[in-house]
Amino acid sequence: MKVYKYGANVDTDVIIPARHLNDPSPAALASHCMEDIDPQFASTVEAGDIIVAGPNFGCGSSREHAPLAIKSCGVKCVIAPSFARIFYRNSINIGLPIVECPQAAEEIQAGDQVEVDFATGVITDVTTGKSYQAAPFPEFIDGIIKSGGLLNSLKARGVAK
Amino acid sequence: MGMTMTQKILAKAAGLDRVEPGQLIEARLNMVLGNDITTPVAITEFEKAGFTQVFDKDKIAIVLDHYTPCKDIKSAQLCLQAREFAHKHSITNFFDVGQMGVEHALLPEKGLCAPGEVIVGADSHTCTYGALGAFSTGIGSTDMAAAMATGLLWFKVPSAIKVTLKGKLQPHVSGKDVILHLIGAIGVDGALYQSLEFAGEGVASLSMDDRFTISNMAIEAGGKNGIFPVDEKTMEYINGRVNRPCEAFVADEDAVYDSEIIIDLDKLEPTVAMPHLPENTKVVSQVAGLPINQVVIGSCTNGRISDLRAAAAILKGKKVAPNVRCIIIPATQEIVLQAMKEGLIEIFIEAGAAVSTPTCGPCLGGHMGVMAQGERTVSTTNRNFVGRMGHVSSEVILASPDVAAASAIAGCVADPRK
Repeated sequence: MKVYKYGANVDTDVIIPARHLNDPSPAALASHCMEDIDPQFASTVEAGDIIVAGPNFGCGSSREHAPLAIKSCGVKCVIAPSFARIFYRNSINIGLPIVECPQAAEEIQAGDQVEVDFATGVITDVTTGKSYQAAPFPEFIDGIIKSGGLLNSLKARGVAK
Repeated sequence: MGMTMTQKILAKAAGLDRVEPGQLIEARLNMVLGNDITTPVAITEFEKAGFTQVFDKDKIAIVLDHYTPCKDIKSAQLCLQAREFAHKHSITNFFDVGQMGVEHALLPEKGLCAPGEVIVGADSHTCTYGALGAFSTGIGSTDMAAAMATGLLWFKVPSAIKVTLKGKLQPHVSGKDVILHLIGAIGVDGALYQSLEFAGEGVASLSMDDRFTISNMAIEAGGKNGIFPVDEKTMEYINGRVNRPCEAFVADEDAVYDSEIIIDLDKLEPTVAMPHLPENTKVVSQVAGLPINQVVIGSCTNGRISDLRAAAAILKGKKVAPNVRCIIIPATQEIVLQAMKEGLIEIFIEAGAAVSTPTCGPCLGGHMGVMAQGERTVSTTNRNFVGRMGHVSSEVILASPDVAAASAIAGCVADPRK
């Protein structure tokens, strides 16, 4: 559950550069994740790790490959003060947990051991002993998450053939 | 409390009398767009979810523009997947090599977006159609799959920033300078979760191509959309292209805006965005003389006929500097033909520029102008992120066609007014 920490405006081109979008398989995306700002990331990240970053995380392109790459690396959650809106939608839709919490994003440091309780929105930095309360998802969005993503929620409603 | 243009369009599309900022709604869609990178992922999700039919074969557009004509086997496989899906579902608006253009130049040209409509696209620059007084915004591939299956999508109604334009642009200053100036003023998250609502007497002086460029880069300020009022120029543009009823929405007098930004068009200078964020803006004179290796003129931001005319006016009778590779990419086949008729292609080739068939190509570092280590490009595209156009140490300077063409001749960043 270790933390990788990045600055403001982490864009989708550094999360997964466009030169790698010609292969959208999860394994291929995971192998190039973050390579233009952190060449060590893909080889050192482990299942359950967490990304903490500055504001406007995921800005730029609409490529769903970006949250897919992060999810495919086994990253459990991204914590930031704010997310670019298309990245936010995409993460909800594919089931990558993202948490908006400015104080946690500022104070949690790289390498800290962090736990997140998605039911309560409580983030605990085990290394420092500090905990933070993240903003809850609106009910509608929470419903999408609980159905297992957008397409499952639509099927449950019977709105498509 | 009144509503903005965006709020009125969303209210109507949701079948509601009114909406409030922050309200979650489900809106009926007029057009769903995807390209060769995002559509295959959407198709996989669509099929994995067990959907068997699209909601309306006439209201989906698939444009193979990013890596095409295909740059490698993997990209060819993606196009094959999109092509087979388009044929299987008899998608009316499927554009393959020979008909395709850069999607956000192509859709307005083909009359596929109109005032008052709701258009979503699995491409962040879908916000371009705000220039026509439509609500349009970028989505991801799973959203595209849902939209193709149902014709519906959820939105959070955005609050708004009013951008009041005054005066008139000076020579060699264009829509690109307006939007770069605005992004420099408010930052790359300055309009996060908000709409940019353009207004004021200065709007009338802007050509449709200027408006497309401005709306196109609303996303670079984090905006959900960037919308212009509908006027005579809009109606003239859609006349002969759009053959269905459409509605021009007007913002209420008492519409509520989070803030207002006033831009005096008369005072704007040619503006560039330095690496590695579109908000790192400078007026061109501050960075003139910086050596460059490449110039790219094209893209959904600046590959339209007025952009090519502006570049040609500067390149005519001149030569591209020996140390510079100048690549010019008209955004659609119609624009290529028009440029040929006007003699622009001849001017470019005589100047020593390479002219390409339409493609997004170098804008995203796909092909047709990828940079090596340490190289620098002046580009009329929309993003200058780290590694955007090639090697992680390469640099992109965003600029207008005027600045790009002047820089191509000078061999360094140059002011087109000199």
